Amino acid sequence: MTSNVSRWALLSLMLLLVPFGASAEWGALNMPQGVTEISNEVYTLHMRIFYICCAIGAAVFGVMIYSMFAHRKSKGVKPATFHESTTVEIVWTVVPLVILIAMAIPAARVLIKMEDFSDSEMSIKVTAYQWRWQYEYMDSGVSFYSQLEPSHNEARQMGSDVDLEATFSPSRKRGDSEGGVYLKEVDNELVIPVGKKIRFLHTAADVIHSWWVPDLAVKKDAIPGFINENWALIEEPGVYHGKCAELCGRGHGFMPIVVRAVPQEEFDIWVAEKQLAMASVSEQADRQWAHQELVSVGEKVYQANCMSCHQAEGQGIPGMFPAIGGSDVATGSIDKHIDTVMNGIDGSMMSQFSEVLSDADLAAVITFQRNAFGNNTGDTLQPSHIKSLRNGVDIRAPESVALLPDTNTTTGVN
Amino acid sequence: MSSNDVTHHAADDHNHDHGDDHGHHGPAPGLMRWVTTTNHKDIGTLYLWFSLVMFFIGGAMALVIRAELFQPGIQIVDPMFFNSMTTMHAIVMIFGVVMPAFVGLANWMIPMMIGAPDMALPRLNNWSFWIMPFAFTIMLSTLFMDSGGPAGGWTLYPPLVLQMGDSFAFVIFAIHFLGISSVMGSINIVATIFNMRAPGMTFMKMPMFVWTWLITAYLLIATIPVFAGAVTMLLTDRYFGTSFFSAAGGGDPVMFQHIFWFFGHPEVYILILPAFGIVSSIIPTFARKELFGYDSMVYATASIAFLSFIVWAHHMFTTGMPLAGELFFMFSTMLISVPTGVKVFNWVATMWRGAMTFETPMLFAIGFVIMFTVGGLSGLMLAITPADIQYHDTYFVVAHFHYVLVPGAIYSLMAATYYWLPKWTGNMYDEKLGKMHFWISTIFVNVLFFPMHFVGLAGMPRRIPDYSLQFADWNMIATIGAFGFGFSQLMFVYIIVKCVRGGEKATAEVWEGARGLEWTVASPAPYHTFETAPTIEPSTVTR
Repeated sequence: MTSNVSRWALLSLMLLLVPFGASAEWGALNMPQGVTEISNEVYTLHMRIFYICCAIGAAVFGVMIYSMFAHRKSKGVKPATFHESTTVEIVWTVVPLVILIAMAIPAARVLIKMEDFSDSEMSIKVTAYQWRWQYEYMDSGVSFYSQLEPSHNEARQMGSDVDLEATFSPSRKRGDSEGGVYLKEVDNELVIPVGKKIRFLHTAADVIHSWWVPDLAVKKDAIPGFINENWALIEEPGVYHGKCAELCGRGHGFMPIVVRAVPQEEFDIWVAEKQLAMASVSEQADRQWAHQELVSVGEKVYQANCMSCHQAEGQGIPGMFPAIGGSDVATGSIDKHIDTVMNGIDGSMMSQFSEVLSDADLAAVITFQRNAFGNNTGDTLQPSHIKSLRNGVDIRAPESVALLPDTNTTTGVN
Repeated sequence: MSSNDVTHHAADDHNHDHGDDHGHHGPAPGLMRWVTTTNHKDIGTLYLWFSLVMFFIGGAMALVIRAELFQPGIQIVDPMFFNSMTTMHAIVMIFGVVMPAFVGLANWMIPMMIGAPDMALPRLNNWSFWIMPFAFTIMLSTLFMDSGGPAGGWTLYPPLVLQMGDSFAFVIFAIHFLGISSVMGSINIVATIFNMRAPGMTFMKMPMFVWTWLITAYLLIATIPVFAGAVTMLLTDRYFGTSFFSAAGGGDPVMFQHIFWFFGHPEVYILILPAFGIVSSIIPTFARKELFGYDSMVYATASIAFLSFIVWAHHMFTTGMPLAGELFFMFSTMLISVPTGVKVFNWVATMWRGAMTFETPMLFAIGFVIMFTVGGLSGLMLAITPADIQYHDTYFVVAHFHYVLVPGAIYSLMAATYYWLPKWTGNMYDEKLGKMHFWISTIFVNVLFFPMHFVGLAGMPRRIPDYSLQFADWNMIATIGAFGFGFSQLMFVYIIVKCVRGGEKATAEVWEGARGLEWTVASPAPYHTFETAPTIEPSTVTR
């Protein structure tokens, strides 16, 4: 009777495994081989230790399964009485040790190579924020922020009715290992030249994050107050995706990384364009903006930076993220509002945006917040005012800029 | 076989108890029996029921996690609550299920295995249990507070954990009390094993379960105070302006990780060593053959415990350690697989040329050996540092530690329950249902955790509420497995309740091949056992 139960169960276990084995479309199964010398060596190590584990498993489970069928009481066997053997114990201590040493040597060799940061030809400082990356090219002065492409923001809200399959992977075959772009795109890609040893310097501004690009076999924690090193040398042009790998709060699942490796000439053009764009951003701060222009730019900035916590209608999440509609900050003193957005609130999840957003974006988003979600203050905040605050110059305070704490230049590190 | 002599001896004691009608020999009537009890069997029962209840609370949290991950996109819970669930699920399962269940088994079985009348410190024993329900009430109540439950992961890494609202103080308070409970329980176990062994019960005659618990208790006593120190520093950083872990104030956020894992790595052996002891009792019984290599099992356990103190930083290979540190922790971690391998080989050698039968405890024990080994082998892969840098913080790690903890530690607890339930209740459980429970659980636990290896290697990070579309298929499969596994545990409760309420009467020996003193007393075990110490001759089989 009871052995019927076992037989039935074994059979159904096997049936359950059939669809797994038969399906070739379940692509995402193994570590990518990657596109650097190191990533290939890591992949080789991974496969080697995997096969060793398979062999050990097959041997141990093989003996067990044979024993379970051959040495059953129901077959009338009498139990043996042996219960110790020093020789056997020594054998199965020494043999695994030999296997381990055989594995440890190549592993140590690859590790030493990974930790060799010498002779790098270019350095990029990567600073992690909740929940975006800042890339600073130490050689050319190019600097920008990179975060989840804002078009994904609506789809990732609770109860969103966006069809992920149709929106983010229109023509892909289900199970294709590329798998569409949902949560994989960023607004500003990290562009690097191929054929150069690039050194990454990792740090963080708030909590610990981890910068991980599987195809490069690099993963390094970004830790506030620390600078960690990492390097990659990509031979072939291409686009490589990555993710934050260390839990960093509510937006942890939503801070992707995109690395675009391009030929050197293309990279040089890109750098020149970036430098031009950075110059025009600072010009934007000097001109006078129209109210409506600020509101419409501000709405986009809100969606990209504020919405994931304060929600689409500015209603917030009770107990976690305060509402913006009708809030004291967004309807009261504009100085307090500017301070909150620029400097964040210590000991809470409200982070500093003074470094993340340009003068124009800050002015726009604050103007938007004061004139949306039922807030009808009618205020207009000009980018030039933000710029003057940053420079510590009080050119034309709308109310009393003097009340702002003098840390609002925020160049200091807290 | 002089174990028969001991049977007689104990049975005489038992009869003697009945004739000798002193009030203090039976349990106090009513609810107060459980509140004021100092009896090791009552306290063991309390621990076991407590962990069973917590198993379903922690399991419900796991189902919230899996339900959210059934499809890409956010359908059910806010990402912040999702993070609370992953954090709380771990805290409940580790501190509320596996640890108390092992302590419960230690309470029930260690005195009976070494021929002691009770634990050495019975009042401390009562206290160490009764702290736990209060500590967990505080811990779980944070989920209902305005600032929500802890959401920074059970590893409590600063600075993230310091962003938590004021419920943080409640979490730290609860952790302190859980720690006090564990340390008191451990001191009690050490005191019992050293002082209460029956005459002739030498150390090398103790069952493996007693040995593994002795070593586990030392691990707890050594590491829980370290953890308590770390969380206290978090508390002062949060409320009293210190900067132990804040770089801005001259502190070091990585130091927390070092301190945490100096506790955390021995902790994972705390969660598995008693399981080794349980399996080392069950396999010989149903193979009808003495445990192979008892001495080497003891030494292997001690080696694992020692090594567990010098491998902690293998949880931190991506934090930017110096190369020398990475090499040291890689080699020391690989070394752990040697004594662990010895244990697995010894279990297989115990089965070899035995005369096996496959009752439910044996099924769970064999399931343990096979699936724990799967988790152990992926652990060996994780030891290879260059590869670990790819595996770290992905679902591959989630698959690894769930293989060693669910079909590992949890299976050992189920095996132990089925194995000793007839001794506890005096009734046999329903064997047919027990086997069904095993097979259904085993199918679903693999459907649940095996696909996690794949998505992890393919690049899915841990602790994310939403994921890219290429992970969708395997996540859906895993969620189906989770619900199947979760709901099939209701069978476990049904089988236990049915057994407590009645059933075929169990003999004193219960299992044909059973050895050890606990099988020499009647079933159910009388309220007091071994009031007169049994005499253990050198030839008496005690393990």
